[in-house]
Amino acid sequence: MSAARVGIVTFPGTLDDQDAARAVRLAGAEAVPLWHADRDLRGVDAVFLPGGFSYGDYLRCGAISRFAPLMDELIPAARGGLPVLGTCNGFQILCEAHLLPGALTRNAGLHYVCRDQRIRVENTDTAWTCEFAPGQEIVLPIKHGEGRYVADAATLAVLESEGRVVFRYAGGNPNGSLGDIAGITNEAGNIVGLMPHPEHAVEELTGAPSVDGRGFFTSILKRLVNA
Amino acid sequence: MTLDTVKRALETPGERQPYAELGMKDDEYQRVREILGRRPTGSELAIYSVMWSEHCSYKSSKVHLRQFGTKAPKSEALLVGMGENAGVVDIGDGWAATFKIESHNHPSYVEPHQGAATGVGGIVRDIMSMGARPIAVMDSLRFGGATQPDTRRVLPGVVEGIGGYGNCLGLPNIGGEVVFDPCYIGNPLVNALCVGLLRKDQIKLATAPGPGNKVVLFGARTGADGIGGASVLASATFEEESQAKRPAVQVGDPFMEKLLIECCLELYQADVVVGIQDLGAAGVSCATTELAAKGTGGMRVNLNLVPLRDPTLRPEEILMSESQERMMAVVAPDDIPAFMAICDKWDVPATVIGEVTDTGRLVMTWDGDVIVDIPPGTAADEGPVYERPLVEPAGQTALNAAGPCRLPRPTTGAELRQTLLTLLGSPNLASKEWVTSQYDRYVRGNTVLAQPADAGMLRISEVMPGAQDTDRGIALATDGNGRYAKLDPYTGAQLALAEAYRNVAVSGASPLAVTNCLNFGSPEDPEVMWQFAEAVRGLADACRTLGVPVTGGNVSFYNQTGTDAIHPTPVVGVLGVIDDVSRRVRPGFVAGDLRVVLLGETREELGGSEWAHVVHGHLGGLPPRADLEAERRLASVLTTAAADGLLEGSHDLSDGGLAIALAESCLAGGVGCTVTLPGDDPFVDLFSESAARALVCVRPEAFDPLAELCARQGVACHGLGVTGGTALSIENLFGVPVEELREVHTKTLPGIFG
Amino acid sequence: MARVIVDVMLKPEILDPQGQAIAGALPRLGFSGVSAVRQGKRFELELDGPADEAALSDVRKMAETLLANTVIEDFSIKVEE
Repeated sequence: MSAARVGIVTFPGTLDDQDAARAVRLAGAEAVPLWHADRDLRGVDAVFLPGGFSYGDYLRCGAISRFAPLMDELIPAARGGLPVLGTCNGFQILCEAHLLPGALTRNAGLHYVCRDQRIRVENTDTAWTCEFAPGQEIVLPIKHGEGRYVADAATLAVLESEGRVVFRYAGGNPNGSLGDIAGITNEAGNIVGLMPHPEHAVEELTGAPSVDGRGFFTSILKRLVNA
Repeated sequence: MTLDTVKRALETPGERQPYAELGMKDDEYQRVREILGRRPTGSELAIYSVMWSEHCSYKSSKVHLRQFGTKAPKSEALLVGMGENAGVVDIGDGWAATFKIESHNHPSYVEPHQGAATGVGGIVRDIMSMGARPIAVMDSLRFGGATQPDTRRVLPGVVEGIGGYGNCLGLPNIGGEVVFDPCYIGNPLVNALCVGLLRKDQIKLATAPGPGNKVVLFGARTGADGIGGASVLASATFEEESQAKRPAVQVGDPFMEKLLIECCLELYQADVVVGIQDLGAAGVSCATTELAAKGTGGMRVNLNLVPLRDPTLRPEEILMSESQERMMAVVAPDDIPAFMAICDKWDVPATVIGEVTDTGRLVMTWDGDVIVDIPPGTAADEGPVYERPLVEPAGQTALNAAGPCRLPRPTTGAELRQTLLTLLGSPNLASKEWVTSQYDRYVRGNTVLAQPADAGMLRISEVMPGAQDTDRGIALATDGNGRYAKLDPYTGAQLALAEAYRNVAVSGASPLAVTNCLNFGSPEDPEVMWQFAEAVRGLADACRTLGVPVTGGNVSFYNQTGTDAIHPTPVVGVLGVIDDVSRRVRPGFVAGDLRVVLLGETREELGGSEWAHVVHGHLGGLPPRADLEAERRLASVLTTAAADGLLEGSHDLSDGGLAIALAESCLAGGVGCTVTLPGDDPFVDLFSESAARALVCVRPEAFDPLAELCARQGVACHGLGVTGGTALSIENLFGVPVEELREVHTKTLPGIFG
Repeated sequence: MARVIVDVMLKPEILDPQGQAIAGALPRLGFSGVSAVRQGKRFELELDGPADEAALSDVRKMAETLLANTVIEDFSIKVEE
């Protein structure tokens, strides 16, 4: 059986694409580079939108990337069930593209924050979290200036009642996110967006002092193999 | 408006020119007239004034800096030394590292956010122009007193500027310093370091050889950034009222810089660059004169072709503009289409503005008229050189005589405990997390060690394609201590090197090479010049003894307000290599049940110490001895022990002595310890700042091999106790819960800066 | 040629920490009598032609799709005389 193929998208200003590709490879999948200007998903089985400052975060984080030619292919594919993970700027892009509800706004503390953050896994039914235990606490780095999740009351109520809040900050809310929300999913559970960075927590030697990020990639592999 | 052409200059030899307003002395202006055999045009005057400025020509420091070359230790690792955009060292397995530290002090005082941001941008472009991928940054920062009002204006802006720019570039920030002292009020020091990686056979140089090769300006468009000086020139040449005052502040665009990095790397990969130079201070003036001077010797440039953000700019202003995110490349004509295609892919504007000639002249035109016609070397390399007068400061002897021996000292356990907590919570020793949490230390996934570790460390194998077969890592540390240098600039500079060298060794890496940023007051003050000369002499001597060459750096003069100069502050960066990066040593006490071992000798050395500073506001006496042979032996023990897998955790002893090293080691791993002090005087044991010492923790069975290694190297080795528990306990004196240490350590900066 | 101004503001219910920080700084600088500050963005669009109905309708679409994120932001459009 050939390895699962996970596309890693690079926009101008994307920064974590190398880390994303490494995390995918370490899990045993093939990392397929996808370029923002190509209208081509190269037949990948899943897509990872990594973090960074695409287009310098100018206008709003993710606002310009959302209109990239690649997104014209990605948006319908994601609505059709293609597993998509967006971290940090990737999460912001997914919200701007309306693949996920709500928006990410300036941190309540006004500062960019880089720290190792405790996160609680609230939903283990998604394509990217099925290998975690419900309620499991993990440690992942966060590093963002605009990660405060906001949505109107009706949207929040739907997210909560449908169990679509996938991750919550534990041990202190770093950015003022409503409901301590760190990550959410769509109704189908194939699209997940979160501010923390699983790709920076996959090796003992480098990155955060945890390897909890591996669970994201073993989850998607398991899902793809069983699909 | 009259264009000041070469023809016009010949016709109007007696026209008064605003050279003094541009910072040129009478004799310097006369020399330009002699070189050219006529008066310079306005554009030529712009070029000479900026290229012969202190900043670009090193005219006051050159005679001293030569020692870094003449006294340099023999080093097979040195591939490119001083005089290029940055030094390059061989790190093994076919790879090379390039690194440099540079100041952006004054701009960071004027506009902290943009000043610091463009400081990062500038040093990153220096590294790019060597052919390297920039892979990490560090910042050495000094501010006025932490609670002084202006510090609350400057520090948050500087930190935001560094973070905003570096984070957006995707460069991990892996270390540096934050120091407070009232002497830096009005003159903050923002010294930015960047390190890059390249294959050692792919070094690029700033040179323009090959007549017919094209000169390409690429990156951001040119605007009126940082050309306050040039408006003086323009207003004298044209109607005065037509010239609005141009802004002195340069504004950075990190997104453009990120595109420029990726674009340059692809250009290098495609091998379409003959020579390259970044545009920093002095912009187009500097890039054209330096490229031409180091190449075939001539260049022709049509200044009308420079893409402008502000179409009203005059040629003199274009020449002096310090607009950021610009590079200049020399490209063979056949490679131009490939070059342009890569720039296009990355949305980087690129324009051919001229070509290389063999005339020995740099000729520039505007609207078809020749406005510059000079031998480029006279601007780039043959600037004035001054041997400025030196004199030992009037109060130096008295300062050195007023040692700390009469200051009241803590004696009881309770007093010693309180002294530890007072120091640990003082701004210079308190946790810098408020600052460093605003920097991305993880991006690109190669960060092995970052602040608060003694040194930053990066894995090499995944930095660039093709490096996967090397196990090596590089380590970097910067250090400096203005109080030590004030007491004795010769020793102070040596201690700065010794500490950075030690910090690299503590991580398990072998120190290899040095960069430096020399921050001083006015060179026209003979007392400042004495401090400078002593510091350079000390640093050059220490580099020779430690076997680490200076590869480059930067001098920042005029850091003074009125006649009050800052403490002389040589900041030294050391780069080291670890053969197997998985052997890196983590900071502090990483687990319980480990033996705590102090390496090195403790003497009573409290002059310039953190204790004297914090508790008594005292500065006097002499700094600790710089025992460089002892440093060398200690480093040898540390790197050998790391390679042999003997060390579990380590930390160097510096500001605040053993007391602070113990506390920080407990905080690093969240593990306590129980130790017995080795000497007779607990105060000296705890707070003396003798150099050449380190604290390590080892598995019990590793203690004997470590002690043997120390004995062979002649390094003192004291078993102090064991790690474990939830408190830092000094037998028979006092104990402090680790949680109390943490609270004291972490609350200070948030308490001041919010 | 006409210039059209698009002002984009966070919706009233969305927390604006930058505006709050500015409001907090004003009294410290000696300015009193300001009860709240909201920070927004102003876009100046230089049109090739006149600001007629068709052009303004296009500007409205630009504002909805790109200039503002209508999940969290409102916008207003005015023609500069």
